[in-house]
Amino acid sequence: MTSAAKTEVDTLVVGGGPAGMWAALSAAECGMRVAVADDNPEMGGQVWRAELAKTAPEVAGLIQKLREAGVQLLAGTQVVDQVAPGVLLAEGDGGASYLGFGKLILATGAREQFLPFPGWTLPRVIGAGGLQALVKSGLPVRGKRLVLAGTGPLLLAVAAYLRAHGAEIAMICEQASRSALASFGAALLRQPEKLLQALSLRKALTGIPLALNCWVVAAHGTVAVEGIDIWHEGKVKRIACEYLACGFHLVPNTELATLLGCRLVNGYVEVDEFQRTSRPGIFCAGEPTGIGGLELSVVEGKVAGLAAAGREKAARKFFRRRRMLGAFARAMDRTFALRPELKNLVEAETIVCRCEDVSYAQLEREVSWRMAKLMTRCGMGPCQGRICGPVTKFLLGWSPDSVRPPLFPVTVGTLAHSFSGCNVDDNQER
Amino acid sequence: MSDTSCDVVIVGAGIVGSACACECAHEGLRVAVIDQDAAPGGATSAAMGHIVVMDDSEAQFALTRYSQVLWYKLRSELPADAEYDQCGTIWVASDEEEMTEARRKAANYGRGGVPAQLLTTADLERLEPKLRKGMAGGLLVPQDSVLYPPAAARFLLERAREKGARLHLGRPVEKMGRGRVQLADGSEFSAAVIVNAAGTWAPALTVGVNVTKRKGHLLITDRHPGFLRHELVELGYLKSVASFTSDSVAFNIQPRKTGQLLIGSSRQFGADTKEVDHAVLRAMLARAQQYMPELGRTSAIRVWTGFRAATPDKLPLIGPSVEDSTIYLATGHEGLGITTSLATAKLMVDQLTGRNPEIPAAPYLPSRTVSLENAHA
Ligand SMILES: Cc1cc2nc3c(=O)[nH]c(=O)nc-3n(C[C@H](O)[C@H](O)[C@H](O)COP(=O)(O)OP(=O)(O)OC[C@H]3O[C@@H](n4cnc5c(N)ncnc54)[C@H](O)[C@@H]3O)c2cc1C
Ligand SMILES: Cc1cc2nc3c(=O)[nH]c(=O)nc-3n(C[C@H](O)[C@H](O)[C@H](O)COP(=O)(O)OP(=O)(O)OC[C@H]3O[C@@H](n4cnc5c(N)ncnc54)[C@H](O)[C@@H]3O)c2cc1C
Repeated sequence: MTSAAKTEVDTLVVGGGPAGMWAALSAAECGMRVAVADDNPEMGGQVWRAELAKTAPEVAGLIQKLREAGVQLLAGTQVVDQVAPGVLLAEGDGGASYLGFGKLILATGAREQFLPFPGWTLPRVIGAGGLQALVKSGLPVRGKRLVLAGTGPLLLAVAAYLRAHGAEIAMICEQASRSALASFGAALLRQPEKLLQALSLRKALTGIPLALNCWVVAAHGTVAVEGIDIWHEGKVKRIACEYLACGFHLVPNTELATLLGCRLVNGYVEVDEFQRTSRPGIFCAGEPTGIGGLELSVVEGKVAGLAAAGREKAARKFFRRRRMLGAFARAMDRTFALRPELKNLVEAETIVCRCEDVSYAQLEREVSWRMAKLMTRCGMGPCQGRICGPVTKFLLGWSPDSVRPPLFPVTVGTLAHSFSGCNVDDNQER
Repeated sequence: MSDTSCDVVIVGAGIVGSACACECAHEGLRVAVIDQDAAPGGATSAAMGHIVVMDDSEAQFALTRYSQVLWYKLRSELPADAEYDQCGTIWVASDEEEMTEARRKAANYGRGGVPAQLLTTADLERLEPKLRKGMAGGLLVPQDSVLYPPAAARFLLERAREKGARLHLGRPVEKMGRGRVQLADGSEFSAAVIVNAAGTWAPALTVGVNVTKRKGHLLITDRHPGFLRHELVELGYLKSVASFTSDSVAFNIQPRKTGQLLIGSSRQFGADTKEVDHAVLRAMLARAQQYMPELGRTSAIRVWTGFRAATPDKLPLIGPSVEDSTIYLATGHEGLGITTSLATAKLMVDQLTGRNPEIPAAPYLPSRTVSLENAHA
């Protein structure tokens, strides 16, 4: 057994998105020794993802500040397990490492929610955020005809991004109803900066058909998607496209919090006003506490960082702004709630668990997520239910059970690395 | 009362209870099966599913061989999701001392009519090229197999239902005895015979059941087709599991039909929580890597733990309890209950119907532990 590298800090932040970077900076500026671990090759998280290995402009300045404050930036470091109280195990390009901490801030962000429909497993049917990430790492979309379907502002943001990179956006299909959006628009009016963002997006998207009350019912193609059927105004329409980018809003990444024993409420990590979870010394900021967008993640990160450093009074200064942004987040949840009709898209033979090839018909026979896992291996593949878990929650009302380590697939070698003496009677030493 | 009065009430729908239910129903008995869980929640859902002949004792050998054959006979009826695969076991001997043990085992298996073939260093390297080179050899037992326990258990339970057994799942039993079973929801069942097949929970339902929990860890990898062909078990295993009190790890690896690898094993006493014990896990994986160095680069997907129901003499308890003649025990199968579930069910029904069993039933009777304790005293 070889020993792994070890990092020791006062405050460890997991997740280098907006929430994590601001949490780290806030704690470090109070004199704490801080490290941030993120599994991407560069810091930035989802919104500020590096483009062609070039740090996003929004992040460059922040990274500079983090460096000046002495924060250790552990990019390409994926946290996979807790091996002892106060010690996390991570795997990265350099192999296994141990991260020891006094306080821990979870800023693990969110991932996309997928929904199955006939044809959703065809090549080039892809998550909207995922396609954006692929383009950022070099996939060309110039001249490609694509459709975005699903719900929420992420669709618009990604559409604008892809258009700027030369893609031809045939249509944006938003499942939310006009009336839901109208009341959301009213909420937007109370948030000048959000409104400005919306207006600039609208400019970037002029000329692109945006259909409301509209959703994809099937994708067709032989080797990859060639066209899709959408439901719009009471009819099914066929549209040709080379990519279908889907996004049915976001799901919080709560697996690490769950593994550490933090309490969840309605699927989100429960936190108090100082972003403290139910476990002493563990804080949570950003999307795992609620899908609230960039600004809310930043504010929560600041509060968590200050609170972790014991600066409650300074943290309080952000409470008002957080309250305002939180109201917006709740309005967003209401507006983009998935309509029940989307539960009917899936057919008996539609694959729901892509890792283990489990069809909807197989799942319908089971009574719970645990039973389905046991009997069909749904959710037991490499993605560990990150995609099909939220899907079955929506389709069948199942709630996920406990989280098992490792959080992500990791080499057996990494799990075998010793970190302290092992006291088990190994046959070798008999 | 017609729904709640029957010939046999089986408490526990793990693989042992399910097998007993199937066999009893097949015999025409009116059977009710009760489990606190809707899915197999005990050892059956955590096990490795190695159908293996073992010869730590003569009685263990008789029971496992009987079971191995029963599984073989059942194979064509098992559903595809039970993933029955007669891949065989290779007992790996790392040195000459262990090779001596392999030879002893080969002779013993031969006497008992179990096909087994000694392997040289070269044979082993040919059959399992990913094993570290230079092992002393091994023993191939080609009729051993592997299966997926939860699906096999469900198949047995479904069969029982088809033959008329009534299933009452998701209903905890609070107490039982003298022909009555009382559920937590207040309802009651009456039967001539109550089978305690509650695995590690058995002592909570029947006094005097000497079964303790032995914790085990398992790890499953992503798909690595062709990495492994047989279930491999180190022969040092015997030395490490023999001791009743100390924690130990041993190399044990299983190829799944999916191409995944299931890596074991660990044995711990007095560990009551299901959390992964990282020191044990590291030791177990380090041990596995000593045998198969390339395992270090395979991708681990999940680690979990389970509890075996262990008895002091490593034999299960099958038959009437000492305290209450209406209660029959079917527990204490330790690390072999997937294998021995089928033979357990046969022995149980033979006792209920007064038929002559195929193998002597005495070594597994609960009354033996009493005489054993007396003998020691
Ligand atoms: C695919 C996708 C694309 C998006 N695109 C946009 C967009 O274009 N515009 C927009 O306004 N909003 C976008 N969003 C919304 C965006 O997520 C939030 O507004 C904002 O990024 C939230 O910040 P955060 O810090 O909470 O989380 P994130 O930015 O998601 O950061 C969390 C980080 O933690 C890392 N992480 C998680 N678990 C671990 C672990 N165990 N070990 C190590 N690292 C870990 C993640 O990889 C990620 O880098 C997108 C969201 C998603 C899911
Ligand atoms: C890590 C590990 C690996 C193993 N590998 C193998 C192997 O390779 N080969 C092999 O042959 N064996 C193996 N075993 C052993 C095997 O798993 C067990 O011997 C077998 O599953 C025991 O089955 P059972 O039905 O007796 O118990 P269980 O499966 O535990 O079932 C007991 C049932 O009783 C129910 N119950 C308990 N109390 C109550 C109550 N009060 N009311 C109602 N219901 C109740 C429980 O819910 C449970 O469903 C392994 C075990 C472990 C832990």
